[in-house]
This record gives sequence, structure tokens and C-alpha cells, in this order.
Amino acid sequence: MAVLPPGVSAETFAAAIKEFEAAVGKEWVFTSDEDLAPYRDHFSYIKNQPNELVPSAAVGPDSTEQVQAIVRAANKHKIPLYAISTGKNFAYGGPSPNVRGSVTVDLKRMNRVLEVNDKRYYAVVEPGVSYIDLYRHIQDHGLKVWVDTPDPGWGSPIGNALDHGIGYTMGFYRDHFGAHYGMEVVLPSGEIMRTGMGALPNSKSWHEYKHGFGPDPAGLFGQGNFGIVTKMGFRLMPQPEHWRTGAVMVPKRQDLIPLVDTVNYLTDLSIIGEPWYGNGVAPLMGNTEFRDAAMGFNETAMDAQAAAAKVHSWQVELQFYGSERTTLSNWEYAKELMARAIPSARFMDGESFKVPLTREQISKSTTPYRSNMRRNITQGVPGLGIWWMPSRSDQNPNAWDETHIGLFSLIGRSGEAIFQAQKDFASVSKKLGMPSAFPNAIQTPVNWYQYAFIMGNGFGLGRGDTSPEGKKAAAAKLREVLAENAKLGYGDYRAPPMLQDDVADQYSYNNHALRRFNETLKDAIDPNGIIMPGRAGVWPAAYRSMRGSLR
Amino acid sequence: MSAATRRALAGAAAALALAFAATATAQQSAVQRGDAKFQHSCAPCHAAGVGDDGRAMLPGTDALRIKYKGAVPPVPPLLEERTDLTAPVIKVFVRHGSFSMPPFRPTELTDAEIADIAAYIADKVKRAAAVSKAK
Repeated sequence: MAVLPPGVSAETFAAAIKEFEAAVGKEWVFTSDEDLAPYRDHFSYIKNQPNELVPSAAVGPDSTEQVQAIVRAANKHKIPLYAISTGKNFAYGGPSPNVRGSVTVDLKRMNRVLEVNDKRYYAVVEPGVSYIDLYRHIQDHGLKVWVDTPDPGWGSPIGNALDHGIGYTMGFYRDHFGAHYGMEVVLPSGEIMRTGMGALPNSKSWHEYKHGFGPDPAGLFGQGNFGIVTKMGFRLMPQPEHWRTGAVMVPKRQDLIPLVDTVNYLTDLSIIGEPWYGNGVAPLMGNTEFRDAAMGFNETAMDAQAAAAKVHSWQVELQFYGSERTTLSNWEYAKELMARAIPSARFMDGESFKVPLTREQISKSTTPYRSNMRRNITQGVPGLGIWWMPSRSDQNPNAWDETHIGLFSLIGRSGEAIFQAQKDFASVSKKLGMPSAFPNAIQTPVNWYQYAFIMGNGFGLGRGDTSPEGKKAAAAKLREVLAENAKLGYGDYRAPPMLQDDVADQYSYNNHALRRFNETLKDAIDPNGIIMPGRAGVWPAAYRSMRGSLR
Repeated sequence: MSAATRRALAGAAAALALAFAATATAQQSAVQRGDAKFQHSCAPCHAAGVGDDGRAMLPGTDALRIKYKGAVPPVPPLLEERTDLTAPVIKVFVRHGSFSMPPFRPTELTDAEIADIAAYIADKVKRAAAVSKAK
């Protein structure tokens, strides 16, 4: 499987490898097929194909100084680098680079928790620290702070934040890049830069004021290719004393509009954590009459059948963090607001637990309604329990999600926007000849980001035709979905390398002014284009001809 | 036997005893290291206990339960109860993954750490067998 970086001779590559070995030690430079196997995307839809995005080598530095030496050697020999933190970005490419033959800079060995402050509520970590590591550090030291974990928890706070990942507690903390405060970066020149107050030598508040003074380039490193981040600070949520949940059920389809409005109000007043939307009519999809109504957006028929079946159209589960008394008071207030907006709303008390929850309380739901809420992540407890999703099941004992791709469109945060998106996604699905009951009129959004909804709009790839041709055809269809969605004003927030050019194409306002701006910066800051060329569709001059070539 | 020979033999015996003790200590610490690494890198998916979302088992344990359903002789779904997980076997699964389990890189689990995990599992199985025999 030996590959070389594009345009690099075997001699030059060998010279670069020698310099990498001098920088990190021979035992941490990997070039054999066996050692490089885990650097491939295990869920790639082009696995074992000639265009699979495999690295030519991997280098595992243990310090910022070693990262600097690697970057300098790469610059000298014009070797493209691709940095990974814990390399678990599955569904978004895993550890695989954008350019076949890149050298992977594997930051896993930089796994130190540098500081956790439970009085000023922040942590500072290196890239190789996983959410599970950080959680265990906090537990081992008896600190009273929470991590806001994505699921699964084997990823790193730095890697996840840099890919704009999300979590499940209070709004501010759920936006992992937004909750970062201060970073240290090795620039393409090999120089170290610190953002925010970190630019001030001997700063006393690096992780408490993120803007510093003047333009703040921190955003360039999120889904970016302007440097390799070696340290980041994150705000941490204080451990609350109590956690309470409750559900609101509304009977009619149109009730979703005031429901969302009221939830938004509670969210933006920081009264509730992540709201979990759901519906009561999903079981009716087995009924042909209801299914036809839901796929045809026949509201009157849907409402009539929901009423006949005595089920609610929508529900939202709310969660409250605070003291026993304040959470109760906030739940009462939420019910009062809901009743004012939707007189026919019904309410059910959910759980009420002292924090931290016991293992039993975390693992066993006793909610009196059908709950969609996943408890570990609402408590900031990272784990791998979610991995049941792509794995074997009793229903599919010999199948797994061979191709695992996450694609989610951003939509506005209102009931009207949800209705519009449902119709738009269904029309795209129909137009592209994808016969499926999904998307439809009962699809619910997620509120991972506080200020926007996200809705899945793809379709199952993994367990359909898993031949190379079948996967390729499905991926081509996905590209069409992305292009059609963009025409309707929907863009995705994240994508695997193979689809990043397609998602970047969605953001084309004013003849791709944003991309042209980023690439102007890229050429100035990284003239040899060695840092993650092609990431998020930003191609340096040296590799620009590769745009759109990933297929 | 001369006094010098006796002294030499006694010295050799002492050296041998020390060597045995050192081997035992190294072995013990390999088991301890393997235990810690197993808990860190394997247990989140492959331990005993319930899974998320009302599932009876963690995903790795459940996947192996399904995989080895009806196997003869039976194969336990818990890695810590397996008798066939030598270091080379573990390495194949770790470096290449299996089904939905992705592979692990040498920076996450070195070959030496994989050997420690194998030592830990073997030791755990041996202890469990001893307890079972004692009953």
C-alpha cells in the first residue's frame, strides 16, 4: 500500500522521514502497512479503492517543540501534513487526510491535562486528551466541574471543538468551539502563536477572556488548515446540585410553532439545558393511512388520526440544572408559559435527582413517558455506549454500518422553519428518486447548537448495497442531495474529507467570496500549502488543482 | 565440596532466587499495567454492565454475544473471560478493527501495551479458574 505524497520523490520522502525520526525518535515514525492500517478511515466508502485517502506515514510527537520540528521538516521537503488529536472523528472521516499520501501528525501522545480549575471553571488540555480522560481526571481529583461531552467520548475536546462538534448540557457549553477560551498553535512556519490573552506574555487570564486585542484569528483553526493546535482552554460547567426533567405534549401539528417559540425563550434565558424534541405519532407510521398523510403533508388528516389514536403530535423534554428548589420552580414556570401559549398542552413530570446521579439512576430510565433523552450525556458522563448504533444488533446480526457518514443541515430555530425543511427535504428526496418514508412531516430537529436546529437529510448508506459500486453510487446521490439542499438555502455543518468540497460549494455567496478570502490567507500564511491542504474545501495554491477531485 | 565451592553455589542460588523474584515482579507489573490499559482503552465498550439507552450490555460485549451465539465450544462475550486472547490475536483486532470496532493506532496502544493486556486477561482467567476450582 506504499504511497507517496503527491509530487514528492521517493528520495525526498526518505529524507523527510529521516528528519521526522530525528525529531520524535525512530519508534514514533510509522511507515509499515501494519502500523498505518489504523490511520485509515474504518468507515470510508472508498475503502480498499485506489483513491482511498491513506497516509504515506504517521509521526507521533510528544511535545509542541517536536510538532515545530515536524512542521519545519515538512516545509523544507514540501510534504503535506494532516493533524489528528485522538483520531476518532468517525462519520466525518476518522483519522484519514484530505490528500492521499499526506503524513499524519498523530498528537495522541500529547495527552496531558494541564489544568482544571473548579473555582474559575476552565480546563486546559493537550490534543491527545480524550473526553473520557478529562472526565476521569476530574473524578480522580474530586473536582466539581462537568465536561460537556459529545457521544461517543473517546474523541478529544480539542479535536471535537476544532471540527465544530457539540454536546448536550447547557447551551453555552454545547458549542464546543464557542466554549474554547484561548489556544496555542504551531503555525505553518513552525512558529508558536497563542490567541486571546495568551498573546500577552505572563497573562493572568488566558482562559477567561478569549478576544485579547485586535482581530482574533482563533476561528481560522476551526475546521481550518492554518496551523496545528497544541493546547486549548475550555470553559467548564459548574457541577449542579440537582437535575430535573419534564415533558410537554401538544396535540396538533401546528402547535409546534408556539412550542418552539416558548422553548427558545426558556433556552435563551438559560433556564433549560438541551431540549429534546420528539413526537407521539411515530408508532402510527405503520398505519398506511397515517403514513400517506405524513408523507403527503396532509395536516388535517394527521391531526384527525392522532386524535383518534389518542396520541400527541409533538413533545419536548426539558431539563433543568440547579438546586432542587430552583429546578422545581423553573419547571413550574415552564409549564405556566406553555399553558399560556398552548392551552391544550399536557405536562408530565420526569426525573428529579440529586447530582451526581448514581450508576443506577444514570442507566435506568424511570420516566413516566416515552423518553428520547440519553442520560449519560445530559450528565456530562462520556462513554462509548452509543456505539451500539453502528454495531451488530439482534435485528441485523451480521451487519454493521460499513459506511458511516454524518451529514446534517442547519435550519432556522422555529416551528415554521421545521415545517419548511421537512417539505424541502422530502421534495429533494422525491426529485432525486430516493423512495423512502424519510424525510416526512413527523421528522424532528435536534437543538445541539443553542441558536439553530439541525436536521438529518440523508439516507442509509451502510446497510444497503455495500459493493464498491453500490457505495459509490450512494455517495454520488449524497452529493446531489447536498447540491439540491444548497439551492434551497440549506448548508451542512460538518463533513468527511471526501465530501468537504461539496459542502464548501454550498457556501458560495458572491462567487465564493468566503473561500477566496480563506485561500488568499492560506497562500500567505502557508506558502507551501503543507498544513492539511483541502480541509473544509480550502486548497492552497500548490494543491488547488485537486479541488473537486475527491470522488 | 570446598568452602569456596559452597560459597559459589550459595551465591548462584541467591542470584537465581533474585532472578525469579524479578521475573515475578515484572510479570505482576505487566498484569497491573494491562489491567489499567484494559480499563482505559477496552472497558468502555467491552466491560460487563449495562449499555446506554436501556441496552442490556455495552456495545462490544453485545456484539460478541451476537457473533458467538450458538458457538461450540461456547465463546464468552466478555473479553476478560476469554482463553484465546494472546497478544498476537489481540494485535490483529486492535490494528485492523473488526466490524464496527475501529482499529487502534500504535500511539494509542503500543505492541508492549497489547502484550500487557494479554497478560492481564490471562491472569484474570487463571484467577477465576482457581476460584471456581476452590468452590
